[in-house]
Order: sequence, then C-alpha cells, then structure tokens
Amino acid sequence: MIKGLWWKLTGLGLILFSIIAGQLVGVPDLPVIRETIRNLFYHVPMWFTMFAMFGTSLVYSIKYLSGNKLKNDIMASESVYNGIFFGILGLITGMVWAKSTWGDFWTNDPQLNGAAVSMMAYLAYAILRSSIDEKAMRARISAVYNIFAFMLLVIFLGVLPRLADSSLHPGKGGNSSTMEGLDLTMRLVFYPAAIGWIIISYWILQIRTRKRRLLQSVN
Amino acid sequence: MKEIKELVRKDFLLELRQKYAINGILLYVVSTIFVVQLCFGRIIDESTWIALFWIILLFAAFNAVSKSFVQESTARRLYYYMLAPAVAIVISKIIYNAMLMFILGMLSLLVFIVFMGFPQFNLYLFLPAFLLGCIGIASALTMVSAIASRTGNNAALMAILGFPVVVPLLLLLVNASKLSLKSGLIPAEILQTISALFLIDVVVVILSVILFPYLWRD
Repeated sequence: MIKGLWWKLTGLGLILFSIIAGQLVGVPDLPVIRETIRNLFYHVPMWFTMFAMFGTSLVYSIKYLSGNKLKNDIMASESVYNGIFFGILGLITGMVWAKSTWGDFWTNDPQLNGAAVSMMAYLAYAILRSSIDEKAMRARISAVYNIFAFMLLVIFLGVLPRLADSSLHPGKGGNSSTMEGLDLTMRLVFYPAAIGWIIISYWILQIRTRKRRLLQSVN
Repeated sequence: MKEIKELVRKDFLLELRQKYAINGILLYVVSTIFVVQLCFGRIIDESTWIALFWIILLFAAFNAVSKSFVQESTARRLYYYMLAPAVAIVISKIIYNAMLMFILGMLSLLVFIVFMGFPQFNLYLFLPAFLLGCIGIASALTMVSAIASRTGNNAALMAILGFPVVVPLLLLLVNASKLSLKSGLIPAEILQTISALFLIDVVVVILSVILFPYLWRD
C-alpha cells in the first residue's frame, strides 16, 4: 500500500482530467489565438509549478540557515532541480505556442525575460553547489545565494512587467486579454490542471529527496 | 560606526597603494570605448549608445568588485572576524565598492561622451538613475563576490552568479535612460522610475546585511 495514496491519486486524476477535458471543452474563438488557447491548460501550470518549487526551496533554505540541518538542504536543492525541470517544460510549451501565435520562438517580452533570468539564476545555483565540496559549507553558501536570488527575482518579475506595460502576454497593454476574460469552462479546466501539477511535483520531490537520503546513508 | 569608517579607509589605502588594479580597469574602459568608437563611428542612435554604455560599465563593475573578497586570505579573514562584526564588514565593503563604482562610472561617462557624443538626456532623471544604478550594481556584486570567494573557481562563478542578479537592475537602468530621452517628461514618471531603482537598492542592501553573517563565519 502506497503511503498517502489519496492525494497522489487526486493529483493524477486532476492532471488526467485536465488533459482530456482540455481537448474537449468548448473554448472562445479569439482572433489570432484561436484553438491554440488550449495550450493555456498545459503551459501556464508549468510556471505555477515551477514557482511553487522555487518557493518551497526558499522556505527550506531559510530553515537551513536557522537550524543547520542537512535534511533541509536536501529539500532545498532537490526542489530547485525539480523546479528547473518544470521551468524547461514551461519554456518548451511556451515556445511552441509563441511560434504559432506571435510568429517566433522567442520574443523580447518582460515575461520571457523574467523566465530566462530565473532559469539562469537557478542553473547558476546548481553550478555553485557542484563547485563546493564540503557539505555544510555547500549547504550554507547555496542557501544564501538561493535567498538572495529569489528576492531579486520577485522584484524583477513583480515590479518590472508593471513598469514596462508592453507585454505580449495577455492582461497587459496591447493584447486581447485571456486571463481576466477567461470564461467559466476554461477556469474549470485550468485550476484543476494547476493544482494537479503542483501535487504531482511534490510527489516527485518526495521521491527525489528520499533517494538522496538513501544514497547518503549508503555512502 | 567607527569600524565601518576605518574599514572603508583601509580599502581606499589598499587601492591607492596598488594602483595597478584601478588603472587596469580604467585602461580596460578606455580601450573598450575606443573599440566601440572604431566599430560604430561617432554617429549612433540613442538606444545603441545606452546599451553599449551600460554593458561596458557592467563589465568594468565585474572587474572592479570581484576582487573585493578574494584578496582577503583566510588568515586575514580570521583577523577581521575578531576585530569587527560581520555587518560592519559588509557595509564597509558596500560603501567602498559603491564609491569606487561611482568614480569609475563618472570617468567612463566622461570618456564615452568624448568619443561617442552625448544624447539629449533629461539630467533630472539620468543622473539620479545613474547614481542609484552604481550603488545597486556595486552592492549586488559585493554580495556575489563574497559568495564566489568561498568557492574554488572564483572568476567563472562570479560571472554566472552575478549575471542573473544584476540583469533586473540593468534592464531598469536601460529603461530609465531611454525614458530620459523623451521630451516633455512629467515628474510622476521620473519619480516612479527613481523609486523603483531605490527600492531595488534598499532590498539588496538589507538582504546583504541579513545574509552576509552566514557567509562570514566558518
């Protein structure tokens, strides 16, 4: 019997529901976007999940600095790696969507810049970790960098897009808004998708940290 | 307070005694600007001017700030550890680096104007943004150099760790510079940009003060 089976099944069920219903429900026929609007169900949850993971890693980094327990460091680093994985998925799904609606895989857009810079910051975090050998020192220094980078990224993603006001993304100047004008049926698919992916990402995180702890006890 | 003053004084004395470091950076700035002038000629449009200026200044900043913790050996670090609290050390480094950065920035601006000409900036926006940008870049890189100095391969890590941290600031600075080219700016726009820059600076300094003690102790 798998422990915590009910929430794992809930997560799986929500994702399955969103994948199937995402193809079937009627969507509003907006200019330019057309049927590609269905990608909203698959692309946006990736970013939500990535932020949930990076947020988790921030919490565990703060916990590590206040308690110096190595298990918190394992949680922090594994959630970063997990978040990077979902970030890459978000980039790929977004690029496919951008190609079909804006005509290019990459455009100069505040949201895209934010995504690129946060991926860079966390890849730098991974390199920083691999360049320090001593365990306690690696944990402490990477925790400091994690907190520092996250806070600056929050400003970057929170303040700058509002100042720029020229994003191609919906809800910002010069584009037909889908997020605010999201109709009820789309909401009913989108929110389960986001919640489902976040639940599954925590499951992945759990397995990864367990593996790391086992490896550590073997060595 | 007294410790901060003494530490800043010490850093300036060190810089003046080994002049090759600061002179090297100045020569780097001048030669880069000269190369830019060779490539682009004098007449370039304003957005290219802005982009080139900030990129050159950014790399000068990386060069200038990256050595701020590397030159402190383990033994000397232990000595400081006994002499002054960690907060005093990080604040003194930030003040010193911000001053260094401001001087470097002013000199590069001067050289840049001589070689490339000066677009019609609104100085009420450009100068405060420039000052706040120098402080912000210097303090963010101070923290990054403290992190990088604790690892084996300092130079490469300084660049990859510093880049994501500085890019938000840099984008804001480029936007501010572009905005200051607009004619008929209203004070509200100026205030909004300046306050966003100020906010980033304050957050960076507060984070440094909170996080630096964890880097400092062994």
